[in-house]
Amino acid sequence: MKSKIIIAGSIALATLSFSITASADRQLIQNKGSDTLVNVAQAWAEEYRNVDSNVAVAVSGGGSGTGIAAMINGTVDIANASRNMKSKELAMAKKKGQNPIEHVVGYDALAVFIHSNNPAQTLSYEQLKAVFGRGGSATKWSDLGLKVPGCKQDKIIVVSRQNNSGTYAYFKKAALGKKGKFRQGTLDMHGSKDVVDLVEKTPCAIGYSGLAYATDHIKMACISKETGGSCINPSVKTASDRSYPIARPLFMYTNGEPQGEIKKYLDWIKSDEGQCILLKKGYAPYRDVNCS
Amino acid sequence: MSETKPLLQSPSVDFDHRNFDWYVDKFIQSIVFIAGISAIIFIIGIFVFITIEGFGFLLEDFSFREFFLSPFWEPSDEDAPEYGILALVAGTASVTGLAMIVAIPFSLGAAIFIGEFATGKLRESLKVLVELLAAIPSVVWGFIGLSIMNPLIIDVFDVPVGLNVLNAGIILGLMAAPIMTSIAEDALKAVPDRYREAAEALGATRWQVIFKTVLPAAKNGLLGAVLLGVGRGFGETMAVLMATGHAVNIPGSVFDPVRALTATIAAELGETAVGSPHYQALFTIGIFLFIITFLINLTADLIVRGIRKG
Repeated sequence: MKSKIIIAGSIALATLSFSITASADRQLIQNKGSDTLVNVAQAWAEEYRNVDSNVAVAVSGGGSGTGIAAMINGTVDIANASRNMKSKELAMAKKKGQNPIEHVVGYDALAVFIHSNNPAQTLSYEQLKAVFGRGGSATKWSDLGLKVPGCKQDKIIVVSRQNNSGTYAYFKKAALGKKGKFRQGTLDMHGSKDVVDLVEKTPCAIGYSGLAYATDHIKMACISKETGGSCINPSVKTASDRSYPIARPLFMYTNGEPQGEIKKYLDWIKSDEGQCILLKKGYAPYRDVNCS
Repeated sequence: MSETKPLLQSPSVDFDHRNFDWYVDKFIQSIVFIAGISAIIFIIGIFVFITIEGFGFLLEDFSFREFFLSPFWEPSDEDAPEYGILALVAGTASVTGLAMIVAIPFSLGAAIFIGEFATGKLRESLKVLVELLAAIPSVVWGFIGLSIMNPLIIDVFDVPVGLNVLNAGIILGLMAAPIMTSIAEDALKAVPDRYREAAEALGATRWQVIFKTVLPAAKNGLLGAVLLGVGRGFGETMAVLMATGHAVNIPGSVFDPVRALTATIAAELGETAVGSPHYQALFTIGIFLFIITFLINLTADLIVRGIRKG
């Protein structure tokens, strides 16, 4: 619901800023795409007004696919995406005379959430595969050698996302491998917050979501590449230095090497000021920054 | 103007009343006609629209075997998308089936009470209340399933999640009951009073009149009511989206989460690229749903019409 309001708001804002530009002859940058990035993109656009009052950035959401489609059709200056452009999409863009250039503007760590009573501390990739993957061997918590208080039937309730979400696609690739698929019977929630809500209330449950959605009433597993190996806790810091394995890059795509006002805007986003705004919204900067 | 037809132009023999009123009359006539056949136009229009949108999939990626017999639904996979709706059909069917088990006793009982026992003010107010129940938005029902039924089912049955066939079945049963009650009551009312009088004259008790005479006489109408309830169950979206748990799964018990056909379209269509195979596959589900509900409603309608004539 909230994201819908934000999208509606940003569309209204976009229209508004468009009319202002038209009258005051300001440069307008069209920015569209990922719902994961939309809050941050909105904050950037608002703050950038104080940096350069001659440039207006119109932000709208709609999902990574929507943004990329707009980039292919050449109707946006910057497309936001929480996933890479697929090879098919790149080919389509080339065919239409566009030359999308990828810019990493931050990282989003995907945390594996479990109920606060769950005694599990670390989960290895192998265990994630056994729990989430199709044909995986772990359907009960005891299969992982755990006894979860409050989960009498011992069954693992796997919580996932609807299959066209970027989070779903990234987690699938990162945790289950390129050919991996999710097991049958996962509860597919419609938003990151819904996953956290359900896992918070369900002792038997395990799910994944962006780190930004973590609450105090839920536990995040420490992830290790090998069973018994050292594990990394999900945090903004471990996502930034790329030590946490399930962190996805957040992209902005421009048509060709950015120039003029678009280049200035992107440089500002990558500057300490822009990256600190990203950090404040719960995402990880793409490099070390000092924020006061 | 032309002098060759002076007779026809003469005002005293004006057979052709094409004055202002005539045009108004024709205009209103055609509006009423269009409104009358609009239902047909819309239904054909909708069918043509979903068929066109889903057509690309039917031609290219569609395989009858996979579509209807595979339980794997993973249309967004980049390398090997899977388009099996077996688990979704099982989800819809199990929820609808349970809903009917819940709704039939309720609606039949209510219809018998309203039609045969209640009189005067009680009867009128009950009828209004049943109609009111039918007017509750499905998202409200879904919300009840999500926030009231879910913890209740977890507590009572001691299961890990309360979003499952049982939850959605009860919610859907309560949603379908009012409309089934209305139709069933109509069916009971259509039974001529002389049947009742004849049975009473033979010394039947009130229950015997109802069970041995009225219900058998009204059985076609009652069957129609049930079928309309089934149609409602197949088509319902929001409530089942919220209460089923939305898990692609062939249920082994009523405590398993499932996913309905309609809910799949609702959840996925908004974020799917227009024209992609995934988008077209969702429309193919739409075609399938349309045909199923159309057949169910048509059968129900024919059965109900049958008793009206007979």
